[in-house]
Amino acid sequence: MTQMPVAEPPLLEVDDLQTTFIVGEGQQVRAVDGVSFAVKAGETLAIVGESGSGKSVTSLSIMRLLPKRVGRISRGAIRLRGKDMVTLSDKEMRAIRGNDIGMIFQEPMTSLNPVQTIGTQIAEVVMQHERLPKARAHERAVEMLELVGIPEPARRAQQYPHQMSGGMRQRAMIAMALSCEPSVLIADEPTTALDVTIQAQILDLMRTLQAKLGMAIVFITHDLGVVAEMANRVVVMYAGQVVETGTVEEIFTKPLMPYTSGLMQSIPRMGEYEEKTRLQTIPGYVPLLTKLPGGCRFRTRCAFAQDRCAAAEPPLEVLDSGRSVRCVRWQEFDLKTKASA
Amino acid sequence: MSELSPPASEKADNTLLKVANLKKYFPIRGGVLGRVVRDVKAINDVSFTVARGEVVGLVGESGSGKTTVGRTVLRLDEPTSGTIDFDGTDIGRLPKQDMRRFRKRMQIVFQDPYASLNPREKIRTVLGHALAVHKIGTPADREDRIVTLLEQVGLTGDYLDRFPHEFSGGQRQRIGIARALAVEPDFIVADEPVSALDVSIQAQVVNLLDDLRAKFNLTMLFIAHDLAVVEHISDRVIVMYLGRIMEIAPTRALYRTPNHPYTKALLSAVPSPDITARKERVILKGDIPSPINPPSGCVFRTRCPMAIADCANVVPELKQVSPGQFSACIRTAP
Repeated sequence: MTQMPVAEPPLLEVDDLQTTFIVGEGQQVRAVDGVSFAVKAGETLAIVGESGSGKSVTSLSIMRLLPKRVGRISRGAIRLRGKDMVTLSDKEMRAIRGNDIGMIFQEPMTSLNPVQTIGTQIAEVVMQHERLPKARAHERAVEMLELVGIPEPARRAQQYPHQMSGGMRQRAMIAMALSCEPSVLIADEPTTALDVTIQAQILDLMRTLQAKLGMAIVFITHDLGVVAEMANRVVVMYAGQVVETGTVEEIFTKPLMPYTSGLMQSIPRMGEYEEKTRLQTIPGYVPLLTKLPGGCRFRTRCAFAQDRCAAAEPPLEVLDSGRSVRCVRWQEFDLKTKASA
Repeated sequence: MSELSPPASEKADNTLLKVANLKKYFPIRGGVLGRVVRDVKAINDVSFTVARGEVVGLVGESGSGKTTVGRTVLRLDEPTSGTIDFDGTDIGRLPKQDMRRFRKRMQIVFQDPYASLNPREKIRTVLGHALAVHKIGTPADREDRIVTLLEQVGLTGDYLDRFPHEFSGGQRQRIGIARALAVEPDFIVADEPVSALDVSIQAQVVNLLDDLRAKFNLTMLFIAHDLAVVEHISDRVIVMYLGRIMEIAPTRALYRTPNHPYTKALLSAVPSPDITARKERVILKGDIPSPINPPSGCVFRTRCPMAIADCANVVPELKQVSPGQFSACIRTAP
């Protein structure tokens, strides 16, 4: 893990972001509720959480791709090199998307145009970014396809998305996202739909390209194995809030929040056949945003919950080390993971 | 029925399911006459057994044929050729009406519990159907039986009059499992039963399957792409690639000392949540070839780091490399 100089300002900074959704009958829920984090150049920040944690709404908020009339940013700032993007017009935002900020989603078909060849689509992105003649932009597209490890890139550039396998399409989407050399890459479950041998190729590729281009990556995933392999720092989300942050070592070996350690304990790990014991579980279910418990949102599932956990919502406490934790009892615990044993 | 009975010697052993040389080709029709122009060779010459009370994991990536094996074994897809010997009867060739008796003994749990439950039926009806179709209990007994089933999967009788949409994903999968258990089957195919669930919920359902298995001595074919979950739950594991079996081994041997180059690559590709132990990774090149036109000889050879010219010539047979461990590779299991 590379240590960044302390003085270096963050490239992307999310500051007290609140995103509100309308859920029928005028009822509003805060899908993202006061989330803050920052990413530096060359760094990978993972946002981890289960369904309903708000991790994907966070990424859609950064990209300003929230569903119109249903979701909106109701508070906070999202700064790129210190400049707030929340107040930008749609047109100004379009110039930033796919230019300064690239994105990769779980399902490549949602961001690829089915009636244009892959080469044409990437060339268009290149031309938006840089004044280049069409033929030159197309050459650049082929170079990008080669960079992401697509065999026979010149032939593939002539193909339509449906003519490619899932792994190929994912790589084509990465090629498109990277073709304008973004300084920030938002990757929302980019390998979740892929087979593990293809996932390994894509993760390897992302690391190589990051080393080459110095991108900041925000990696959104529920897969703790992927987090351990990719991230420098980790943000754990639960029911719309950040509940813990830390370096990947801190989170995986010494979690402070009971939810984080619960997640770590509940995943089966390979190579444990001998110690075939029951998996540890977190009881119950992630609460609906319309029916959040008062106080700590995790308390209804937490083995350590006390009366005072229900009294007030715990603040996200920032520690001297720079980590943060949302739990009134964290100092009383010595939580373990299998890695710290 | 009697002429289909196996020799006494086979019945005496502990095998519940014996699949031999199973093939399943899906025809692709083309041209104005809709003739079969080619086949998708979803399963090609697959043989394996499952003993009573055993959980056999079936792993592989997309296009490996693992789901088709599960469906064909239950005759949800018709086999193209081969035998499916279930408790002494080749059910691969049974007429539909005779299959009925076996349907009660063989059940399936699907990946997406929402898609497999009728949204307009209350849970009482969903589970009641399964009992009524197989004429289990009197209508009066059935309600008690349904409540017992719900309790066995960690729900309660309070849920009887609710609809599927009122449940979370984990609860719906519990209902899917209750429905499979309702007819007291001997054999369950679980097709990716936990892959649609959140991490914290997945552990609950894996534990439930472990408990039920111990309680009812269930025999299970557990199909999944998550290798850690499969290791946790299985006694033996089958690894498939492009319609063929690459390796079969007791779980411990498969994960400790994999023999086949594909098994090794697959295991090494799984991202490890253990940050203290970084492992050597085999990164395979390229994509899984099309099952319409699989490579000659060994189907894995186009991505195999160990492939030699000979690999294109012969389809490798499964050979024993250690007790109970079989591998189909001319390089590592000659």
